[in-house]
Amino acid sequence: MSIFAYAPAPESRAVVDIASSYGLFIDGEFRPAAEDKVFPTHSPATEEQLSEVAHAGAADVDAAVRAARAAFGPWSALPGSERATYLFRIARILQERSRELAVLESLDNGKPIRESRDVDLPLAAAHFFYYAGWADKLAHAGFGPDPRPLGVAGQVIPWNFPLLMLAWKVAPALATGNTVVLKPAETTPLSALFFADVCRQAQLPPGVVNILTGDGSTGAELVAHPGIDKVAFTGSTEVGRSIARTVAGTRKRLTLELGGKAANIVFDDAPIDQAVEGIVNGIFFNQGHVCCAGSRLLVQESVREELLEALKRRMETLRVGDPLDKNTDIGAINSAEQLARIQELAAAGEAEGAERWSPAGCELPGQGYWFAPTLFTGVAQSHRIAREEIFGPVLSVLTFRTPEEAVAKANNTAYGLSAGIWTEKGSRILWMADKLRAGVVWANTFNKFDPSSPFGGYKESGFGREGGRHGLEAYLDV
Amino acid sequence: MSEKSGARLSVFKTYKLFVGGKFPRSESGRVYQVTDSQGGWLANAPLSSRKDARDAVVAARKAFPGWSGATAYNRGQVLYRVAEMLTGRREQFADEVAAAEGLDREAALAAVDTAIGRWVWYAGWSDKIAQVAGGANPVAGPFFNLSVPEPTGVVAVLAPQDSSLLGLVSVLAPVVVSGNTAVVVTSERAPLPALSLAEVLATSDVPGGVVNILSGRTAELGAPLAAHQDVNAIDLTGAAGDAALATELETAAAGNLKRVRRPAAAEDWSADPGTGRLLSFVETKTVWHPIGI
Repeated sequence: MSIFAYAPAPESRAVVDIASSYGLFIDGEFRPAAEDKVFPTHSPATEEQLSEVAHAGAADVDAAVRAARAAFGPWSALPGSERATYLFRIARILQERSRELAVLESLDNGKPIRESRDVDLPLAAAHFFYYAGWADKLAHAGFGPDPRPLGVAGQVIPWNFPLLMLAWKVAPALATGNTVVLKPAETTPLSALFFADVCRQAQLPPGVVNILTGDGSTGAELVAHPGIDKVAFTGSTEVGRSIARTVAGTRKRLTLELGGKAANIVFDDAPIDQAVEGIVNGIFFNQGHVCCAGSRLLVQESVREELLEALKRRMETLRVGDPLDKNTDIGAINSAEQLARIQELAAAGEAEGAERWSPAGCELPGQGYWFAPTLFTGVAQSHRIAREEIFGPVLSVLTFRTPEEAVAKANNTAYGLSAGIWTEKGSRILWMADKLRAGVVWANTFNKFDPSSPFGGYKESGFGREGGRHGLEAYLDV
Repeated sequence: MSEKSGARLSVFKTYKLFVGGKFPRSESGRVYQVTDSQGGWLANAPLSSRKDARDAVVAARKAFPGWSGATAYNRGQVLYRVAEMLTGRREQFADEVAAAEGLDREAALAAVDTAIGRWVWYAGWSDKIAQVAGGANPVAGPFFNLSVPEPTGVVAVLAPQDSSLLGLVSVLAPVVVSGNTAVVVTSERAPLPALSLAEVLATSDVPGGVVNILSGRTAELGAPLAAHQDVNAIDLTGAAGDAALATELETAAAGNLKRVRRPAAAEDWSADPGTGRLLSFVETKTVWHPIGI
């Protein structure tokens, strides 16, 4: 194996100031939790404590919802062009402070700085920019001449793209005139708290955005609160199911963006090198902590050997380590809990008879939570690693002979978030795209995101769309 | 120009054209006197020639591939930057608009603020117009069929005579946001705010040649632009009030079947602009592709 010896290229963490503790952001001010409870947040790469944040309880949820309710009247009554101005300001401030936020995100989440710098931050700012433009154009969006907002939105977001998921939730909600109470994930609260400062700089009216840190119990309090009109959740299918049960029988609107088990389908006429890059990007991007990750590789039998050889060769060059190093490809697993889940499923893969492979030279740091990029061959559709979302850098390889078989296998899942197709034949791409039961289909590319492009799932991957013109619907009374 | 004794003698600005990202004088060497609403002298503005108009078309054509090929997001950012730069020079433009149009200070500031808002409004349209004006077409067969709006090309714009800045921005921004490049003829009587706007555009990341601004006689410049074989569309708004000229220009424009936006009798530049102007300068392209194994 030949690998270049890279000199360390660390991004300075001095660009961002992390306070030793943070309160809850309610009605434009930080305040401690009513019960004074706090919890620590760690860097998953080093296990060091980064800060201590407030743990919101029922009283805090109630206070935040009241603040959002009080702010809703004036906010929704603003001319769209003024809401747009606030959102443009937020977009610009995110652009200006993107280096700080990128470092903070990599510290708190464990993702490589290259990804937080080049993907998360530009996309988050672009999302606000895009929806800023809609705020004064709602009459043109196809939802009637004067579509109305829903009211107060309770939003619960995951830890895999903390700031980007915040942007996906907050930007369309505010553009359409709603106010929000947002709960970031337990393990990644810092960028959302930083966002509170962005709102301050943008002079956003108090109460329009409220941020409650906490754990699953906080999220449960929020979605069950009778004072909210809308629940938007991104996270696991299990939690999504329980939220759907909670809001059943209420007037609350619900959108869910849940898990996935995407098939990345490679035909024998595909350009192999491009496909390999797409497969690697599909499953190892963000440590595989991606709901739309291409976690099932479906390769046509005739090119299986050639593709696997090229894929393994490429995997041997992946650099796992310090998230703040600019050359790092794969950072830290976000938490000990998630690492344990990945390890458990990988063990199940071996126990059920699949063959496990990781690059031989892949050394993992001694401290922190790490998992080497991993490939399973000989995977059957019945195996847990072919059915369950692993949410880690683990790829399950299956094969097929005909397009019909590829479609049948790709659709043989409870999920339906995304899919990938690799072939030189355009008509086949479109035939496959027609047949695949998935909300996003990438052809000869993978994991592409844009604020103008709707994203969301079929089946148990959730319902509703985020992004694009379609993303407005989730926050309008239509 | 009142110069109080003891006050520092002010430096006058030479107003120039804006062509290809540069600030040339008219190649003809001609100028004309611009006066305020009371008849007081304001400045000598370039009196552009037919040759200036042709040079501006060349610059606009040269800029078209880059600007139309930029991402919609990028174009939106650039237009938003124009709004930011204009905001920074709000007071200056209020002075110029007040002098040019005889407005009181408050009305001039309102016109400038509305012009800023106009850039923001159109900036937001950059990556949305395709979602409103384009879309998938469910044809009765195994075909993927998608229509998308694309920029028409080089657009000649005769800016309104009555509204030197707000009117000009209201006709210019919808042309360039979709990826067209523009040759703008300013208000004949009140060209100065438009010529100053060139300074804003030049510092707003607008690539050279995307917007070209000419001052002079509307009729003299309109004729070569309307007849020009490398101009794809013309907005005759500045010919409102001269029906004979408008007809003459529309007739000349038929030579290469330019898209023509006819002048309206009276336009309220402070009203919600809608999408009419934006959609006047786009082509619809429809792509067919078979679906099958």
